[in-house]
Amino acid sequence: MTEVHSPRDEVLVIEPAGKLANPRIQEVWAYRELLYFLVWRDIKVRYKQTALGAAWAILQPLATAAVFTIFFGRLAGIPSDGVPYPLFAYSGLLVWTFFAQGLTQSSASVVGSANLITKVYFPRLVIPFAAVLSGLVDMAVATPLLVVMMAHYGVWPGAAIVAAPLVLALALLAVTGVGLWLSALNVEYRDVRFVVPFLVQLWLFVTPVIYPASVVAPRLERLGVPGWVLGLNPMAGVVEGFRWATLGRGTAPVSLISASAVVAVTLCVTGALYFRSVERSFADVV
Amino acid sequence: MSAPAIRVSGLSKRFRIGDRMRYKSLRESIQNAVKAPFRRDRRTEETIWALRDVSYEVAPGEVVGVIGRNGAGKSTLLKVLSRITEPTEGRVELRGRVGSLLEVGTGFHLELTGRENIFLNGAILGMRRVEIDRKFDEIVAFAEIERFLDTPVKHYSTGMYLRLAFAVAAHLEPEILLVDEVLAVGDAAFQKKCLGKMGDVAKGGRTVLFVSHNLSAVQALCQRAVLLRQGRVQASGDVHQVVAIYNSDLSSTQGSLAERKDRQGDQRLRVVQLHIYPAHGRRADGVCTGDDTVFEMHYENLSGRPIRNVEVTIGIYDFLGRAMTFLENAAVGVRIDADAAGGTFRCVTPNLGLIPGEYVINFHLIEHSEVIDWVQQAVAFKVYDGDFFGTGRQTYTKLGGVFMPQCWARGALVEDVPKS
Repeated sequence: MTEVHSPRDEVLVIEPAGKLANPRIQEVWAYRELLYFLVWRDIKVRYKQTALGAAWAILQPLATAAVFTIFFGRLAGIPSDGVPYPLFAYSGLLVWTFFAQGLTQSSASVVGSANLITKVYFPRLVIPFAAVLSGLVDMAVATPLLVVMMAHYGVWPGAAIVAAPLVLALALLAVTGVGLWLSALNVEYRDVRFVVPFLVQLWLFVTPVIYPASVVAPRLERLGVPGWVLGLNPMAGVVEGFRWATLGRGTAPVSLISASAVVAVTLCVTGALYFRSVERSFADVV
Repeated sequence: MSAPAIRVSGLSKRFRIGDRMRYKSLRESIQNAVKAPFRRDRRTEETIWALRDVSYEVAPGEVVGVIGRNGAGKSTLLKVLSRITEPTEGRVELRGRVGSLLEVGTGFHLELTGRENIFLNGAILGMRRVEIDRKFDEIVAFAEIERFLDTPVKHYSTGMYLRLAFAVAAHLEPEILLVDEVLAVGDAAFQKKCLGKMGDVAKGGRTVLFVSHNLSAVQALCQRAVLLRQGRVQASGDVHQVVAIYNSDLSSTQGSLAERKDRQGDQRLRVVQLHIYPAHGRRADGVCTGDDTVFEMHYENLSGRPIRNVEVTIGIYDFLGRAMTFLENAAVGVRIDADAAGGTFRCVTPNLGLIPGEYVINFHLIEHSEVIDWVQQAVAFKVYDGDFFGTGRQTYTKLGGVFMPQCWARGALVEDVPKS
């Protein structure tokens, strides 16, 4: 009997999967339109719901920067790497807010999409990823103010600006990695969501946002701890790297960024693997 | 011979009771881990098998119904085929693009407008953006919401919401369509529209797997059916035969209606008992042909307020699930109000015309186009031989569904026709 080859001959087989599931990133690419729509939905809804709309995306880092400037910059006198403290604070907060928001949104994203997960098939990786990507738009909205502030203080980026996209890519990796872990853990253990705000808060203090790494690193070295240990916090590399790339001061924080990159990639890969291994039971448990 | 569009082999799905009941907390898991070395006995988890060794095939272009009581495993089966939940054992093969309709309006967001939700919902269901663009006007026309396209959906009435949700879903064009009871929502006009569209889809050569409680819809749309009972395939084959088996199964289980969970409607009123008995004389298990028959419905009122203008419809179906006739207060122009404390509705039909046999009742209570309570296969009853024609003896011909009052004469005498 001759076999007729038609598109229909492509068979989809559904079987109980083994213990280790492969991340199947290609599938996420196949569903990129859905990813786009979910991000679009999050942004539309967020901007429709807040009284200030898009201004909220600017107000958050701006207000925080103002408070930091008054209390840490002026009153406590924390140094800021030779750059006016408000600028120092805002630039750091720009990427930090992206991370904090991405973490908060993605950790709750899978549980929050229970209505989709129990009714429609698509690779579930799309959900936390969409939560993270919608933060990118907010960051883009808040960036022009950074440019304005830089113009105001007469600070211009040097050649290092070309590294900025790379730093942002690192930020994306970091937030996605942690987000994948938290969103998957949250499905299984519902009390994880109580941990997240606390985690984000502590993380802010551990990351050189309020203070520069140049204040902390020498003291660590005197204790025998090499400077790159700070980089084990992936956001340390991101924040320092971003400030270096945009504000054009100082030397490249290579060891910091390298350490952060390694940690971020590891988090992403392990996060994706863990996510996929528990994904199959999402619809049953969520 | 071409390969089947859907092939299910030995499919089983087990749920741990713990999964469904409670999710864990990190705190508890840590506590348990610490205590584990000290615990003597390991508690075994309870499991239930929602599906057990299910096997069947669906050829391309076939429309197959999946029926069974609630809890039989129908929705679980569709979820496994839709890849929403994983099988515990067994294998499924699907040939062709799969579209699942497990619910209408999945992913609708109330803050977004109708237009935005069409795109969102379409994307969630798996349609490409270009496809949605192409079908946009059709979808809007089907839903009849042209004027409200740019209003946020939170301002829509329930009817508009459902129409829009169904309109998007109805324009999915996969090769294999899996449908779960999406017809079970909305008012009568909406249901009719849905059924019509489902009919088009079924005739369009698509492979369809249709889960429903609506036996008449299943028989109208499907050629074959599969009957699931407690996770296993109890019967499969010609739709009418399978429905007959299902009905015979049903009439042997006489439970109180109060315990029935598979009902639809907002449940402001709940019918807890339905009795059918002859108005005169006593018969415990049914009525005779020709009896003045009482259909008595006891209801409880959960809304705490009287409900006016309730439309009660009692549909009487034969053993094969074919509709025979109906009783409806609106049809005879009688208005019924439901008391706040609950009560009884009673309907008497003189000289019952049903041919002896076994019958099944579906009923629904509607108020202002909103379904209050709707139970299918609510109660079964038997009609025994009796004296319909008033001749004092029982008829020996029992052809068809109903006896008809008749008058015979020689010649053409219109005046002799009895007026009832």
